[in-house]
Amino acid sequence: MQNLIEIKNLEHVYTDTDGNEVKALAGVSLSIAKGEFVAIIGANGSGKSTLARHLNALLLPTAGKCIVAGMDTADDDNLWNIRQHVGMVFQNPDNQIVAAIVEEDVAFGPENIGVPPAEIRTRVNAALAAVGMTEYAKHAPHLLSGGQKQRVAIAGVLALEPDCIVLDEPTAMLDPRGRAEIAATVKKLNREKHITVVYITHYMEEAMQADRIIAMENGKIKLQGTPKEVFAHVKELHAMGLETPLSAQAAYDLRQKGVKLPEGITTGEELTEELCQ
Amino acid sequence: MPIKLENVTFTYMKGTPFEKTALQNVSLQIEKGEFVAVIGHTGSGKSTLVQHLSGLLHPQKGTVCVDGIDLSAKNADAKKARNSVGMVFQYPEHQIFAETVYEDIAFGPRNKGLQPDEVDRAVRDAMAFVGLDFETFAQRSPFRLSGGQMRRVAIAGVIAMEPDYLILDEPSAGLDPRARDAVFTEVMALHKKRGMAVILVTHNMEEAAQYASRLLVISGGQIILDGKPHEIFTGHREELVAASMDVPQIYKLADCLKEHGLAVDYTPQLAALERQILALRRAQHAD
Amino acid sequence: MLTDITLGQYYPGNSVTHRLDPRAKILATLLFITAIFFAESMLSYGVLALFVAVVIALSRLPVLMVLRSVKPLWIIIALTLFIHAFTGEGSTVLYQYSFLRLTAEGLLMGIKMSLRLVFLLLISSILTFTTSPIVLTDGIESLLRPFKRIGVPAHELAMMMTIALRFIPTLIEETDRIIKAQTARGADFDSGSLLQRAKNMLPILVPLFISAFRRADELAIAMEARCYRGGEGRTRMHELVYKAGDFAALGTVVLLIGVLAFMRWGLGL
Repeated sequence: MQNLIEIKNLEHVYTDTDGNEVKALAGVSLSIAKGEFVAIIGANGSGKSTLARHLNALLLPTAGKCIVAGMDTADDDNLWNIRQHVGMVFQNPDNQIVAAIVEEDVAFGPENIGVPPAEIRTRVNAALAAVGMTEYAKHAPHLLSGGQKQRVAIAGVLALEPDCIVLDEPTAMLDPRGRAEIAATVKKLNREKHITVVYITHYMEEAMQADRIIAMENGKIKLQGTPKEVFAHVKELHAMGLETPLSAQAAYDLRQKGVKLPEGITTGEELTEELCQ
Repeated sequence: MPIKLENVTFTYMKGTPFEKTALQNVSLQIEKGEFVAVIGHTGSGKSTLVQHLSGLLHPQKGTVCVDGIDLSAKNADAKKARNSVGMVFQYPEHQIFAETVYEDIAFGPRNKGLQPDEVDRAVRDAMAFVGLDFETFAQRSPFRLSGGQMRRVAIAGVIAMEPDYLILDEPSAGLDPRARDAVFTEVMALHKKRGMAVILVTHNMEEAAQYASRLLVISGGQIILDGKPHEIFTGHREELVAASMDVPQIYKLADCLKEHGLAVDYTPQLAALERQILALRRAQHAD
Repeated sequence: MLTDITLGQYYPGNSVTHRLDPRAKILATLLFITAIFFAESMLSYGVLALFVAVVIALSRLPVLMVLRSVKPLWIIIALTLFIHAFTGEGSTVLYQYSFLRLTAEGLLMGIKMSLRLVFLLLISSILTFTTSPIVLTDGIESLLRPFKRIGVPAHELAMMMTIALRFIPTLIEETDRIIKAQTARGADFDSGSLLQRAKNMLPILVPLFISAFRRADELAIAMEARCYRGGEGRTRMHELVYKAGDFAALGTVVLLIGVLAFMRWGLGL
């Protein structure tokens, strides 16, 4: 598989409101393959949002390189091309919807890059269908639920026909129903449309959906691997201020007390099966 | 000395085509010193319910009384009664307005008409309770603090009113696990040490199971379940599913174990469940 | 409650007027306002009134609702009538009290002047009743586009209006929430002197502004992430296209001006 994103020794330093220099990213190297579903977890201030914003050149590296679809984000000429390749969905659904009608908002991206009107119409319809919001095309966004607004935001990104979508804590402000809607939508886009997904979250059950989990702390990648591999490190994750799935926690505790259990248990079913053997 | 709702009905945009009944003939009594969790999906009426408890909305039918005083009255007694119910809204840090942490927390006590020395004491107490060191933070701008710290300032602003009842609307929303635990540790301390009644509105079943001694499930503008969390999570699964509510993970794990013939009892504590598993295995090995 | 306020005064419908191109409607409204100034005799005012009546009928709007749009400015209309009636030149004195002199000529002038205001209000509210704010914005942007060369920021103005329309309901909800939160902390917004009340608003305004700026900041980043870089090279999903009906509407208003001009200068009416 070809790598869509190549990050090498990425550092990002910014000056905070008190004038101090803060190193948000302290040497991150990472490759993301085309079609991969990567979850990034980490406590507040671990640098995960900063990393995400490098992927579509909203932030530029202080040192190191960030290559997206073969283009260097530091090169100004690539800017708009990169943003068409990598779309971004943010935390607050209210603050990323531009227009007062759903379909007008979805059209915003393609309008910006000068797509002909007839094709915008096709793209908008396809994007709304992909997130299951077709029947709300003429609605006013402020009357939708949080999950619906966030799906509109995803459709707005899809209309640019990107290879990759970066979602920066898209469910942090949603209720359980909205969270489930977004998790299902993103999974479907990844599986059916083969869109590369970079998904930042605090919720471990959402991170479990990913092919690979990257756990960050203090601007560095601390752990990475499949969900099973990462959630075996219960102690380390707790030390990083992160939670672990309940069954992984139980498996870890029981192992500490001498029960013979293999590593990599993340669900209740797996735990039960192992216990019953 | 309870909060008492009697036959409360409330309809939004009454008399328009957008009319929506949020509460339908609700009666409820909450005692001093209780820890009540309120769950229900968005639009179930739970946020309308807690706004009635704090006197921010007045019922169109029925009454809301605190210690027998009707909250909708316009006199000084009613105002005092309303002030005895504190309310922390969702994302309370978005309501901070003052230049210093001290001034923001002092807003409520001053509105209550306290003397400067009493205001000072209330602010110091509230800051101590939410774990903000007075010397370090009192004179700092609240807008330069971290998200978790800002939320504590905002919660302190309500605690400084020294309410008998504290309503918290999703106090952990948007916080990472560490900050979430910190907020709940402080809330539990308030509840235990001051005997403050806590009414916790949450979407998180784990929080409800872990902290509350009483659980209210709201659906369609009515209280459909009212009881101990453990009893509701074990004995009223159908009603919960019908109200599109989930059960805590720990109960699901117990379900899974039971299905495979491991006869564990439901428990909200992981440690207790693990003890049962160990005991069962020992019994198996002894055979 | 604050959230009960509806935005603008768009009255959804599918009448002939509703379906007209927004540009045609804006131009027709401007032309009609010009036509008002061609009216001289009472008879020509009658023609204008008839025209407005036909437009209201074609728009299938509740007549009372349209008439009510005059209400907010009734003081100015009454004042116009009064000033003209009592200060107008004229010899036919109907009533005199000290220096105040009501003349028949002045009264007639006053009636005409206030009628002009009434027509102006009616026709512009028909425009906003039959055109949603969003479509109106598109129309304004499109009409202003030719003036870009002389520095009129057509796209920027339209984008600002679009964002305002999108965020006004959100900010109203937010204001409602902040007011409730401060009320729960014992704030009192209803009593005290004017200065005191203004001071009491600070706990609402400060968080509201902070939130508005935060939203603006986040929205700007989200717009950039979706490739927004100003109006240059931008296309639109809905292209405005003039149809036969639009030309007919414009033609009718031009004809109205012609009729009024002919009545005034041709017939001397």
